Amino acid sequence: MKTKGQEKQSIKRGRGYEIWGLFKRNKPAMVGLALLAFIALVAIFADVIVPEELCYTFSGAPLETPSIEHPFGTDNLGRDLFARVVHGSRVSLLIGFGATILSLAVGAFIGAACGYFGGVLDNVVMRIFDVIACIPGMLLILVLVMALGRGTENLLYALMISGVPGYARFVRATVINLTDMEYVQCAKSYGTSNFTIILRHVLPNALGPIIIMLAGSVSGTILAAASYSFMGFGVQQPAPEWGAIIAASRQFMRLAPHFAVLPGMAIVITAMSINLMGDGLRDALDPRLKD
Amino acid sequence: MGKYIAKRLLLIVPILLGVTIIVFTIINAIPGDPGRRLLGPAATQEQVDALNESLNYDKPFLERLGKYLSDIAHLDFGESYQDGEPVFRKIVLNFPYTLRLAILQTVCYSILGITLGVFSAVKQYSLADNVIRVISIALAAFPGFWVYMVALLVFSLYLGWVPSSGADSWLCYILPVGCAAVLSASSLQRLTRTTMLEAIRQDYVRTAKAKGCAAGTVIWKHAFLNAMLPILNQVGINFGYLLGGTVIAESVFGMPGLGTVIITAINAKDVPMVMACTIFLAAIFCVLVVALDVISALVDPRIKAKLVKR
Repeated sequence: MKTKGQEKQSIKRGRGYEIWGLFKRNKPAMVGLALLAFIALVAIFADVIVPEELCYTFSGAPLETPSIEHPFGTDNLGRDLFARVVHGSRVSLLIGFGATILSLAVGAFIGAACGYFGGVLDNVVMRIFDVIACIPGMLLILVLVMALGRGTENLLYALMISGVPGYARFVRATVINLTDMEYVQCAKSYGTSNFTIILRHVLPNALGPIIIMLAGSVSGTILAAASYSFMGFGVQQPAPEWGAIIAASRQFMRLAPHFAVLPGMAIVITAMSINLMGDGLRDALDPRLKD
Repeated sequence: MGKYIAKRLLLIVPILLGVTIIVFTIINAIPGDPGRRLLGPAATQEQVDALNESLNYDKPFLERLGKYLSDIAHLDFGESYQDGEPVFRKIVLNFPYTLRLAILQTVCYSILGITLGVFSAVKQYSLADNVIRVISIALAAFPGFWVYMVALLVFSLYLGWVPSSGADSWLCYILPVGCAAVLSASSLQRLTRTTMLEAIRQDYVRTAKAKGCAAGTVIWKHAFLNAMLPILNQVGINFGYLLGGTVIAESVFGMPGLGTVIITAINAKDVPMVMACTIFLAAIFCVLVVALDVISALVDPRIKAKLVKR
């Protein structure tokens, strides 16, 4: 048993090394990783970089242009824009990763169950998801926000719920392909329980495509969260969030372009770093997809 | 084929029924007193109760759902809570603006995305291909609302080339259409490039080249026509999303349209309006999906054989 365990571990490590090796050689992906690490550090150490009170105190004149005292200038109320953009990274990363991972977890569970058991459960759940797929995505989220109420948490839940059908469908298709595999048949013939088969044999083998899909949708979720906050359905004033800051800058665009442009740059850099990393992960995990 | 189309169109009815039930349930899950929410904290309890009674909110949930379903079966979508007007009239009045914007955006980004994608695939790994790919990847990270705002800032507020709001002249459409064309073209360019790369490696393309077809004919007639279906499908589905997603462009550029109607309705908690917009857009989306399947079947005999047999 011991040798078997050791062998298994070395295979696992070997695969991890192989993927990292492929990823490391991909320059754009490494740039993306570095940028994302930088943004994550900014989000984690936001309080060290600039105290949170500065997001809310009126420390300067309204609409000041960038200076040494206020590196990003000030907003229409004289609040330091640098502090607001730095602290805004927390909300964006939280919603982007939080909503995506939560909806993946729920969707993967439903999809795996449907794909593995099939039958009535599969039919009913998939028909419900078919119906939901006919509601334009933006409208579904707006209706959910209308029901749940505005605010950061509710936007996160709305984005999460709207993502579930897509993930469930995707995981279901992957699982259906995998349940035909011989090792699953083999585990079945040993009398392994359904739950263990899904958890130990099916989901780990579906992990590659799932990670690729995950990486692809985190940046989309960040952009979406900023858009809904921009429309006033997400993070509410005075909390700092990039989309909401840009919304506040709308009337002052001509007087203070930095007010609209700098938070936007933050969104672009974050989304781009995740996209670059996601493309690199895709190429490393599934070289067949590389063009 | 006719039987197949009829069957698919009939299937839309239960789907729309499902959409109605799901959205009705979500909206009715709003906690709190609906009459109080509409009238605000200043209203007296009698006023709130009277409003609840007139809007049927005093009845149990299933009875209300049943009544709503029978109403829309008679094509009565109710009156707006905001001004008491029939909601369907407002949708019909505003939809043409949204439709026009969505069609213009789709045409422009399709032309741009497909041309660049085919070019990228034909000149794979050339300098131009690499530049297009980098720009395309970069553009995927730009949020639409911000691009609209920066474009408005530069071209309208600084340069003054186009008006900053309204939909009265064709000049108003340049910025929303142009920005969306550039942004949406990036994902279409990537899809076109991938499918075209697969297509130009096929044997029939080599045969066409070998028998001496002109390069342009080979690319567009032999390779592109065969690679077209996934592209057509993405453009079609995207068109459905655009009809529900012109909200941001309408808001930034101050244009009228269905998006503005939806946002106002959601802000006003105008349930009949939101329900009607959702059902309307879902219906259009369903018809669009059927149309895409039919077009796919007409274009590709393999798909037709599969569908008609069923």
